[in-house]
Amino acid sequence: MQYWIIQTLNSLALGGLLFLLAAGFSLIFGLMRIANLTHGSLYMLGAYVGISVLKYVPNLWLAAIIGGVIMAVFGGLVERLILRALAGNALGQVLVTLGISFIIADLCLMVWGGDPIPVPTPPALQQPILVGGVTFPTYRLVVLAIAVVTALALYLLMDRTRIGAMIRAGVDDMQMARAVGIPVSRLFTAVFCLGAALAGAGGIIGGPIMSAYPGLDADMLPLALIVVMLGGVGSLLGAFVGSFLIGAIYTFGTALLPDLAYVILFLPMIVVIAFRPTGLFGRQSV
Amino acid sequence: MTFNRRRFIQATGAGAAALVMPTIAQSQTGPIRVGLMTVKTGPLASGGIDMERALVQYLKERNTTLAGRKVDLFVGDSGGVPAQARTKIQELVERDKIQVMIGPLATAEALAADDYIRQAQLLTLSVAAAEDMTQRKPNPWFTRGTSTSSQCSMPLADYSHKTLKMRRMAVIADDIAYGHEMCAGFMRVFEENGGKVVQRMFPPLTVPDYGTYLAQLKTDIDGIFLGFAGSNGFRYLRQFNEYGLRGKVTPIGGMTALDEAVLRNMGDEALGIVTSCWYSAEIENAINKKFAANFRVDWSYDPGFYAAATYVEAAVLEATLNALKGNIEDKPSFMKTVRNIKVDTARGPVSFDRYGNVVGNIYIRKVERKDGRLVNRVIHTYPDVSQFWTYKPEEFLKNPVYSRDWPPAKNLES
Repeated sequence: MQYWIIQTLNSLALGGLLFLLAAGFSLIFGLMRIANLTHGSLYMLGAYVGISVLKYVPNLWLAAIIGGVIMAVFGGLVERLILRALAGNALGQVLVTLGISFIIADLCLMVWGGDPIPVPTPPALQQPILVGGVTFPTYRLVVLAIAVVTALALYLLMDRTRIGAMIRAGVDDMQMARAVGIPVSRLFTAVFCLGAALAGAGGIIGGPIMSAYPGLDADMLPLALIVVMLGGVGSLLGAFVGSFLIGAIYTFGTALLPDLAYVILFLPMIVVIAFRPTGLFGRQSV
Repeated sequence: MTFNRRRFIQATGAGAAALVMPTIAQSQTGPIRVGLMTVKTGPLASGGIDMERALVQYLKERNTTLAGRKVDLFVGDSGGVPAQARTKIQELVERDKIQVMIGPLATAEALAADDYIRQAQLLTLSVAAAEDMTQRKPNPWFTRGTSTSSQCSMPLADYSHKTLKMRRMAVIADDIAYGHEMCAGFMRVFEENGGKVVQRMFPPLTVPDYGTYLAQLKTDIDGIFLGFAGSNGFRYLRQFNEYGLRGKVTPIGGMTALDEAVLRNMGDEALGIVTSCWYSAEIENAINKKFAANFRVDWSYDPGFYAAATYVEAAVLEATLNALKGNIEDKPSFMKTVRNIKVDTARGPVSFDRYGNVVGNIYIRKVERKDGRLVNRVIHTYPDVSQFWTYKPEEFLKNPVYSRDWPPAKNLES
């Protein structure tokens, strides 16, 4: 029984971490129609930047916010200066994001070196707590809570604000959105900044669990892809459900069938895409 | 000028002679062209960069001269990708004309380059641990001064049973050949001593999170063997503490689980953990003391596995060249000499078996704090360990190579 409680908590915590990673990816993919392959690198860069910020600001949450802002600026620059020049050329844009991810990986190696760097867990959260008779790392539950709060905030942003309505309009029908006077171009930049900020902050918040190390980008990118493909491109609900679904499938899958770790991760995505190409919650874009 | 047949023959003959001449003239006098096949980008870069730093230090300490000949060093970077490693090695051989290669770093890279090394008859002093390249499919041009995957885990199994008195253990390692080979060697020796491996886990190399594996870990065991490489051991151990497992299960580690490169970013969670390796920056011999001290001065951290690997291979190279009076051009006699050489290195005395693999000390180390930093203090030495441990080579080689499936795990409990 205890075992199942721990594994359930594990799957929820992993789902929360995945949501922080995948939400921004889904937004960018949905609006701009490009798979932003720098997303894993933004996550890794966020973690490294957070580590440097932590040297001056010894508070993880503050570092996450500062890191998020820095990554937003970085993302905005990438969008304005590089992707903008390739507007309309989706394949070119995807390839450029891939190229940028290699550049970021090497820059991180130059600046922060090749050794794994830990992100310290906030002292108050270092001790495991007892949940239903099992010991579980407190910090992971906090990550879960942060993910839920972030999801709520994004939901309110997307569903209750004018800018959210504009983004949804852009996702659903870009040309019509332009025709009715929505500044799609500025929206692109805003969404890219938001996506980058989420990825960067996610990297720092995930830091105490994952650490920062070369290759973190390549470890995280496929997970973001799986979650978004499964949940549906451009759908916040899809990213949310997809994250927890993948968290659960991964956790219970590797617990029950340890030899099939990779199969378990990718098989559900393939099945869903085969029968529902838009993903669980994605809508056919016009 | 008309170009008749005679003139053509003269010209090409002269050309051919010109092609041959320099190598003749070069032998004994020209510089020795040494290639370092390493990894300077990607996830394995940390170790790869250390390989270059230590080799450069070795050459600098000798005024870039080995056995009276200058050394030209060429460095290749594979990014840790096996196919890339093969291409880069080819480039080092065919463009840079290297005469001897130190490297590559990773097991998969060595396996990918195996054919080419044979074909090019490239003198290779390997850092990679691929077992069968010095066992059932020995490559005649391949010599390894570090260790095979299981060469350090077999003595550790002996130590954990006899000295640490462990009886029931779990093993966990990356799901790659290196991890399988290490665990298999550990399990075989541990169970033949009378212990039982009751749980075995192979998480994927790029697993995002060890939470599920930690939740599965049995707590009615004496210890767990960590067969991780790179940053994985470091992440596993941090999460191990997060889940409150410290004090319930004792972790012990293979040769790359708590390397010096990882230790410098760790904290108290690493204290007291026992690992085994063919090296430690703390080994008390004159060569190592000088090496570690100089390395620390230049880079302000302790040399680890990878730094020591090239430093040791360079010492093997120098001793061989000294024995041959610098004549590296005679490849067969180089290979014959290197495999019969005995040399004192930073890791202690080194010699080779007839399959080209090192016979040398294996150290049992324990993480301690010294001068404010974490170090692997040597607590026990297994002298002159071969890749066959205490088994007879012929009998050892009759078994299949160590893997996920061999030896069979008989005592796993579900």
